Order: sequence, then structure tokens, then C-alpha cells
Amino acid sequence: MNSKYYLPICCGFILLANVAFGQSIFTKNGKTLFFSTTSVEDIKATNNQTICLLNLQTGELQFSILNKGFRFRKALMEEHFNENYIESNKYPKSTFKGTLLDIDKINFTKDGVYAVTAIGDLFIHGITQKVSAVGNMNISKGLVTIISKFKIVLSDYNISIPKTVLKNISPNIEISINCNLDQKR
Amino acid sequence: MRFKKTLLITIHFFLMILKISAQDTSDIMKELEKEIQQKKEFVTATFKTTRLINGHTVENVGKGVLDIKISHRFGQINEGSYELFGLDEATIRIGGDFGITNNLMVGIGRSTFQKTYDAFFKLKLLRQSSGNNSVPITLSYIPTIALKTLKFEDPSRKNYFSSRISYTHQLIIARKFSKNTSLQLMPTYIHKNLVLLAADPNNLFALGIGGRQKLTKRVSINVEYYYQLPKYKMPNTTNSLSIGFDIETGGHVFQLHFTNSKGMTEKNLITETAGDWAKGDILFGFNISRVFTIGNRSK
Repeated sequence: MNSKYYLPICCGFILLANVAFGQSIFTKNGKTLFFSTTSVEDIKATNNQTICLLNLQTGELQFSILNKGFRFRKALMEEHFNENYIESNKYPKSTFKGTLLDIDKINFTKDGVYAVTAIGDLFIHGITQKVSAVGNMNISKGLVTIISKFKIVLSDYNISIPKTVLKNISPNIEISINCNLDQKR
Repeated sequence: MRFKKTLLITIHFFLMILKISAQDTSDIMKELEKEIQQKKEFVTATFKTTRLINGHTVENVGKGVLDIKISHRFGQINEGSYELFGLDEATIRIGGDFGITNNLMVGIGRSTFQKTYDAFFKLKLLRQSSGNNSVPITLSYIPTIALKTLKFEDPSRKNYFSSRISYTHQLIIARKFSKNTSLQLMPTYIHKNLVLLAADPNNLFALGIGGRQKLTKRVSINVEYYYQLPKYKMPNTTNSLSIGFDIETGGHVFQLHFTNSKGMTEKNLITETAGDWAKGDILFGFNISRVFTIGNRSK
């Protein structure tokens, strides 16, 4: 072997690099919901501007949400959420940075529902926690949708509930995510 | 040998591309976040509730929200122990505010002070915002009509119903400077159809200034002052000055304050305040607000 192989090998690597690492799919209007359920009151909020980004080859998965984008049924709940609990002036966004495990086992050309697990760092209210969550990846005609439901504990993120509303707000919040990754980059 | 060297270089080159690609995901994320953050965002919660102390703040209640307010003032503290420092006396306004849209609210109330009914609407003309085309202030317009239903002082003369009515037009210019500090200016024009003496003016102008400073997440200290312009001032009255606290617990806001005003509608408060802080004519009082969400909020 000698240097005449240099060029094709090099080109091959570059090509491989581009194919392998250039494929990301994302959405800017994914849906994130959260629920707090107690015997006194149910609180539900929706954010329809969730950014979700998935690198199809490496499995890198990232979420980013503007905290001010959550909509509540009661105007005052929304105000209290932003002012007193999530403190959206101080911490404008919540993020997740992690990896979707075993992404190489998913065949993106074949329709179906795949059970997936994501692990990574969840950043809420200035605090980062290692989390893992299970969910489903639906593939239909090449369109990828990620669905997941998991729980977080408010005290893990230094969000405290004052005594007067202890009966109204659950210490465990259920978070539900539904992102249709219909854009490519 | 030569090949090994080129292979090494190639692998190195390949790893460099890999490294650039690895940053890709975070870079793309940053770009996407930027696009979303440039969207216009309205500033919220400039004040905790729709009243600062006696007068209005720039705040409205949300669409479909009913806010029942009970405002209570005791008597003057300097009345001494016989009146239990004013606690034996009471002036009360009971009222309700309702949000028709997020920018328009209507309200009615009844005060024991001069048996006055009042009705108003509050319209937000500008909203402070950040992001693209940001606006530095919030501007509200509040016209109020007040109906005094005390018996006429002189029943023997010809009295007109219109004599009971007065009108207030108020603008509020407010800015939330930081998450804890907000200030507002309240230029106010008041017209009274009937005044007691011929020398008393029918048209009065005042400039109010007010602000709040949060002490904790749920408690703030408030100050409110209405300055009557000397040329258009009601004779033998003082300017209204109040200092108070907002305490918030879930759906309630409690406001505790000290003021020299007995009346709680703009006309009474601004042009009929008699108390003098320096002489100890100070009243202790509180407002209780409870909100009820009536309609479902549609976006």
C-alpha cells in the first residue's frame, strides 16, 4: 500500500463524518405538560414551545423550555408560578441535556413504536440533577415522535411550597412530553 | 512508513471533524433557543394586585377573573384610648372587579364614606415588554364615575340628581424596574358637578406617585402619594399619603396600611382627605382581596 490510497481514504472519512454526524432532527413547538394533583386542587400547565433536538447518529438528546411559556387555567396560578416558584426572571429556561440509549438499534426507515430510555442532566430552577426517563419513540413514514412521562420531586430542585398552600400543590410533579421532530438540520 | 504517516494525519483530521460534529448538537440548540427568545414577552406582575393602597395600580385582573375586595379603614390613631386608637370606628368599601379581557377590566363598589357608589373600567393601552419591539412602560386609562347618595344638605332648595355625580379620569404610567421594584405615576383629573362653596373649584388636578419594593417573594412594602396641584386644589384638604404592606397567600392578597385618607374612591381619596400625618391623623386599615376564576381561559 502506498500514498495513492491517501486521497480516497481521506475522502471516505470526510464523507462518513458528514453522513454520520450531520443528521439532527428537531422541533420548536413540542408540547410539555405538567400536572400536580392533590385532593384539593389539580394544577395543569402546558408549554407549546418546547425545543427538542435529537442527533440521529450519536443519540444526543436536548430539550429547552422557556419557563414563561407555560399556560395555566387560572391567571393567578401562572403569575405565582413565574414569580414565586420557578422564578422565571432569574431562571428563564429549563433544559435537559443527555443521550437516548441504544439509538443504533432503531431503524428509522421502518414504522413502529420503540421503547427508549434517556439519561442526562435535567436543569430546573438553577439546579442540575442526573435523571433517567423511559418513553416511546414512534416512527411513522419517517416522522419521529418522542413521548415520555416521568416524575420529578420539587424539593430536588429547591422549589419550596409555603405552608398555606401545602394542600394545593403536590410535592411530586408529573411531566409529560410530546415532541414531533419534523424538521431537519 | 509513508502510508502510516498519512493515515495518522487522516485519522487526526477525522477526529477533528468528529469533534466539530460533537459540538453541533449544542450549537444547533443555541441557535434554536435564540429564535424563540427574540419573541416579544410581556412583563407581568408589576404589582401584586389592582390596588396599591387606596388607589389603583396599573394591574388588571385576568380574563374571566372576579376579584372581590373588602377595604376597611379604622378611625384616627390620635383619637386616644377612649376610641381604642381608632379601632371603634370603621369606613368600608365593598367592591368587585371583573376581567372582560386581559386588557380590560370593569369594577363597581359601595363605600360607607358619604354613601358613595362607584363604577369604573381600566384599560391597558400599552404593556411593558421585552424582546423585539419592546415597550418600556405600561400605560392604563381609568375613568371612574362616583355617585354620592347622602341626603342633600339643604332639602328646601331645588336639588338635581346630577349634583350627586363626579367624574375621575386617571392615567397610570408604570414600569417594573426589576423583579422587586416597580414605580408608577398617576396624573388625575377630577370633575365634581356640585361643590359645597362657590369658591371651591369644580375641576381638580392631581399627580400621584406610587411604588412597591418586594421584601420577600410574597411580601412587599408600598407607598402612595397624591399631590394636588396648588392652583386646582380643594381648599382645607391635605394630600393623601399612605404606606402599606402586601402579603400574598395563594388566592388571597392582604394589604395592611397606614394612611391619612378615609375615602377609598379616587374623588374622596384625592380631593377630600382631611388627615394630617404630622398631627397624628393616621388611620390603620386593610384590604382583603380574593380572586375567583369564573370562565375558562382561552388563549
